[in-house]
Amino acid sequence: MMEGINAKYVSQKISKTRWRPVSSSSLQQPDIFATGSWDNEDNKISIWSIGENGISGVDDEFEGDPQLVCEHKHNGDVLDLQFLDQDRIVTASSTGAVIIFRHHHNSQTLSVSQLWERAHHYPCDNAPCTGIVCNSPEIVTVGEDGRIILFRADQEGVLRTIENADSSTIHDVTFLRTTEILTVNSIGQLKIWDFRQQGNEPSQILSLTGDRVPLHCVDRHPNQQHIVATGGQDGMLCIWDVRQGNMPFSLMEAHSAEMWEVHFHPSNPDHLFSCSEDGSLLHWETSSNSDTPSFLQGGRNTSIVSRSAIAPAGGNQSLISSWLTGDSCKGRLETTHMLPSQTLSVNSLDVLGQCLVCGTDGEAIYVNRRVPI
Amino acid sequence: MEEVDVEPTTTPIPGFDSNQKHLGFVWGPGDILVYETIYKASGGSAGGCPFVHEVRKDEDIYSPILRKLFNESHHIFVGLQRIREDLPSKNKKPQFVSISKNYRSVIRACMEELQQVAVYHNDSLGNTLLSLELIWNLCEVLFIDAAPAGSLVLHLLDWVRLHKADVDEKAREVLASESPAEHQAYWDVVISYVLQGRMDEARQVLVKQAALQPAARVMFKLLDNLLMKMPIFNPGETQTLTEFDVKWRHWREEVDHCLQDQSFASNRHLEDICKILVGDEDVLLEYKELLSTWYHFLVTRLLFSHPTVKPTELHYYAQSSMHMFLDTRSVPEPLDSILLAAFEFDIHQVIKDCSIALNNWWFVGHLTDLLDHCKLLQSHNLHFGSNLREFLLLEYASGLFTHHSLWQLAVDYFDHCPEFGRVYLELQIERVPLDTERKALKVIRICEQRQMTEQVRSICKIMAKKALRNNRLGSALSWSIRAKDAAFATLISERFLQDYCAKGTFSDLDLIDNLGPAMLLSDRLTFLGKYREFHRLYGEKRFSDAAKLLLSLMTAKIAPHSFWMTLLTDALPLLEQKEVIFSADQTHELMFCLEELTSGKSDEDIETTKIELLRLALARNLAMAIVKEGTVEV
Repeated sequence: MMEGINAKYVSQKISKTRWRPVSSSSLQQPDIFATGSWDNEDNKISIWSIGENGISGVDDEFEGDPQLVCEHKHNGDVLDLQFLDQDRIVTASSTGAVIIFRHHHNSQTLSVSQLWERAHHYPCDNAPCTGIVCNSPEIVTVGEDGRIILFRADQEGVLRTIENADSSTIHDVTFLRTTEILTVNSIGQLKIWDFRQQGNEPSQILSLTGDRVPLHCVDRHPNQQHIVATGGQDGMLCIWDVRQGNMPFSLMEAHSAEMWEVHFHPSNPDHLFSCSEDGSLLHWETSSNSDTPSFLQGGRNTSIVSRSAIAPAGGNQSLISSWLTGDSCKGRLETTHMLPSQTLSVNSLDVLGQCLVCGTDGEAIYVNRRVPI
Repeated sequence: MEEVDVEPTTTPIPGFDSNQKHLGFVWGPGDILVYETIYKASGGSAGGCPFVHEVRKDEDIYSPILRKLFNESHHIFVGLQRIREDLPSKNKKPQFVSISKNYRSVIRACMEELQQVAVYHNDSLGNTLLSLELIWNLCEVLFIDAAPAGSLVLHLLDWVRLHKADVDEKAREVLASESPAEHQAYWDVVISYVLQGRMDEARQVLVKQAALQPAARVMFKLLDNLLMKMPIFNPGETQTLTEFDVKWRHWREEVDHCLQDQSFASNRHLEDICKILVGDEDVLLEYKELLSTWYHFLVTRLLFSHPTVKPTELHYYAQSSMHMFLDTRSVPEPLDSILLAAFEFDIHQVIKDCSIALNNWWFVGHLTDLLDHCKLLQSHNLHFGSNLREFLLLEYASGLFTHHSLWQLAVDYFDHCPEFGRVYLELQIERVPLDTERKALKVIRICEQRQMTEQVRSICKIMAKKALRNNRLGSALSWSIRAKDAAFATLISERFLQDYCAKGTFSDLDLIDNLGPAMLLSDRLTFLGKYREFHRLYGEKRFSDAAKLLLSLMTAKIAPHSFWMTLLTDALPLLEQKEVIFSADQTHELMFCLEELTSGKSDEDIETTKIELLRLALARNLAMAIVKEGTVEV
C-alpha cells in the first residue's frame, strides 16, 4: 500500500494517461503527463505537470499535485493516447479518427497537427479506433472495424492498410520488432503481423484453448521481444512466449473484472502493472528462482531507459526471463494493491522511472512518485 | 396531499407566446420537453414555433467544479456504507464525525475553487455552498457529535468562528498599520474578538491601546485580568459541569462588581466590553453590525449568559435571539428557518426545508443518509413505501442518471437503496446510450455484477445487431457468446453459411477455425465449425476422415436439411476418387440420406441432373466398395 498517493479530481472521466518520455541520457524522473477523457459531451486531451523534480529530500504530499498546463478539445472519446515524441501526441477517437496534437512548449498550448478523419470506419457508421502504437515516425492503429492501418507522421495519406484483418474488434496492438506487430481481439486471439509480407493474413495466430475470452490489452517485455503479457475480460493475466506456439506460459488470476491495461516497467521489467474495471491497480513483482543473485544470471539487461527497446545486437538468446519460469507459485510473485481504497474503474495507467500515474472513472487522477522498484 | 408552501417559479420559454397557443409537454427522467401545440387559446390552428424545448431544473449538475463535489462525495458515501454494522455505536461516533468533516471539506474545497473562478460573476453558487456548509456544520455539532451541555457552547463557538473569518482579515490589516491603536477599525477588531470568545487575541490587541494611554494603565490591567480569568469549560478535565458553573458565576459577579464600581466609566469602549462580558443584551444588540447574523448573536449570548446551556434548551434561546436580532418586518430567509429548525432538533423539518430551497438532492440525500447511519431518523414510512433516506437517495441518483457522464456514480447509490434501488437501476441502465464497445462492456459488467441477466441479454443483442449490420461477424459472435444467446449465434452461423453458398468460400476463417468451445452454443454454430473442419481435412487430403465427418454431419442430424444437398454435392469428389473412400455401409447411408432428401418433394424442386449424378456416383462407389470388401487378399 503506497502512502502519499492522493486523488486529484478533474471533472472528467479519464480514459488514458501517459507520461511524456524523458530523454534516455538524462536520469530525470518524468514530470509531464497527458490525459484523455471519455463519455463527456466535450472531451478533451490535457497536459499536466507535477512540478520540479530536482528537489531532493522534500517529501510533501501536496507537492506534485498535478497542475493543468494546457488542454484541447477532442472530438469523440479518447480511446488511446501515445506520445509520438517529446512534442507530439497521437490519439485514437471513438469517431474513428486518428489525430496528432502538437504541444507548443513556449506558449504552452496544444494544437491539432494532423488529422486522419475516418481512418477507421464502416460503410455507413463510425467505427471507433481502439488502439495505437508508435515507433516514430511510424504509427500503427487498430479499430472496431477490424482494420490495421499504418501511418507515417507528416505524411498525408495512409502507408498501408490491412483490410479485414480481423472479423472481430481489435482491442490493442504492440510492436514485437520494427516490422512485426501483435494484435489482440475480442475473440481471444493474438495475431502476429509481419509488414514485410504483402498479404492480409497474419503470420501467426495464438489463443487459449478453452473459453475464448476477449483480450483488451497487451504489452511486450521491454528487452525480450518474444515475451508478451495480455489481459482480458475475465481479469486474468497471461504471459506468452510467442516462439512457443499455442499455450501461454502462465495464467494468473489478477482482477475480478476486465483488465484494461497491462505494462511492463520499461527499465525494470521484473515489475509489471495492471489496472482493471474492478477499481484496483496491481503491482506485480517477480524474482528469479535460483540462489545466484539476479545480476549474475544473465536474465536481466543493464537498465536501458528506452521505451521502444529492441534487443541489443548480439543479445544472448538463451536469456531466461524470470517471467517464463512457468511456475507462478506465491513465493516468487508478489502482488501489491497500489490504490488506497476501492475506486470506480481504473481505466489507464503508465509507469516510467519511479513515477506512476493512473486515471479512473471516478474522475480522479492518482500520481505516485515513489514506486518501489 | 400537502399544500404547496411556496409559490412555484415561472420559467418563460423563448419564442413562445402563451396567449396564442397552448403548450404541450412530456416528462423526462430529469427534465421536461415542451412544444407548441396547434391549439390556439381561442380555438383553430395556425403555423407556429417548430422547436422543441428541453427544460431542466437542475443546472448545477453540469458545472465542472461541482462535478468534483459529486465525485468526491460519492467516494465518501460508498466508504460510509461499508462501515460494519456490528460495531457498537459508541465506537462509530468518531467515525461518523470524521465522515461528516470529510463531506464538509469537500464542500469547502469546491467553494474555494468557485471563488477563485467567479471573481467577476455573481457567485450565487458559491453562496449556496457557503450556506450548505453552515447548515451541515450545525447538524454535525447538534446531531452527530451531539455535544452535551458545557461542550455545546464551545462547539457552537467554533461553528460561528469558522463562518466569520473576516475578523482575522481585519485584525491583520489593523495590526499591520503604522499605529494600530489609532486605526479606524481597531475597536471593531477588539470587540469582534470578544464577541467570538477569543479572549487571548483580544488581550493582545488591547495591549496596543494600553501602551498609548499610560495614564489609564490600571484600567487596562483590570480588564486584561478579567479577560484572562474567564473560565472556559474543558471537557477533558475532571472538572464537572457544576464546578464550572460555580466558577463561572463567581467570575461573572466579579465583572459585575467592576461595572457597578464604575471602574471603566472613563472609556466607553472598555465599558462596553465589560457589559458584553456580563451578557448585557442591549449592548450586544448595539453591535449588530459586527455580529452580522442572529445566530452569532445567539451563540455570544449563550457564551456570556448561559454557558452551561443544555441541548434541549437551545430552541428557546434560538427563537428569542432571532426575534431580538431581526427586524419584525423582514421576512425570515429560508436559511434562517432551516437553522432554527436545527436548533429545535427537528431533523425532518430541516430536511424538508432544505429540499424545498435547493434545486438538487445532493445535500439532503447525503445528509439524511449520514443521519440515518447515526440512527437519528425515526423510520417513517412514506406513502409510497420506502423510507425518507431511500426516497432522497433515489431522487438524487435518478437525477445523476440523466447526466451523460455521472450516471456511473448513480449505480452505487441505487445499490444501497434496498427496496427500490434495483428496480430503478434496471429501468435506467438500459437507457444509457452505447456509442463504443468499451462503454457497452462497462454497462454489461455493471449488470452482470448484479445478476441482471435480462439487461445483459438485451444490451448484447443491441451490440450484436449493430455488429451484424456492419458485417462484423466475429464481433457479433463474441457478443452472442457473452449473452449466451443461442438464437443469435444461430443467426450468425446462417449468415456465414449463406456467404459460403454465395461465394463458394468461407469468409472470416480466423473466426470459424478457432471457435473452440463456443461452438457448442448453438447447433448451427457447431455445424459450421464441423463443416469447416471437413473442408480442412479435405484440403489436407485426409479423405477418409473427411468422409467420416461428412457422413456424421448428416446422420447425427447436425446439418440442417437445407444444407444436405450441398453436403452431398461435396461428397461427389470423394465418391469419384480412384480409391474407394466410402465403405459399403457408408454408401448405403449416403443413399438413404439422398432418398430422405428427395422423397416428399415434387419434381420441379429437385435438381434432377445433380440427383442423377449423385445416384450414379453412389452406385458406382457401392459396387467398388462391395468388391473391395469382398476381396480376400491371397
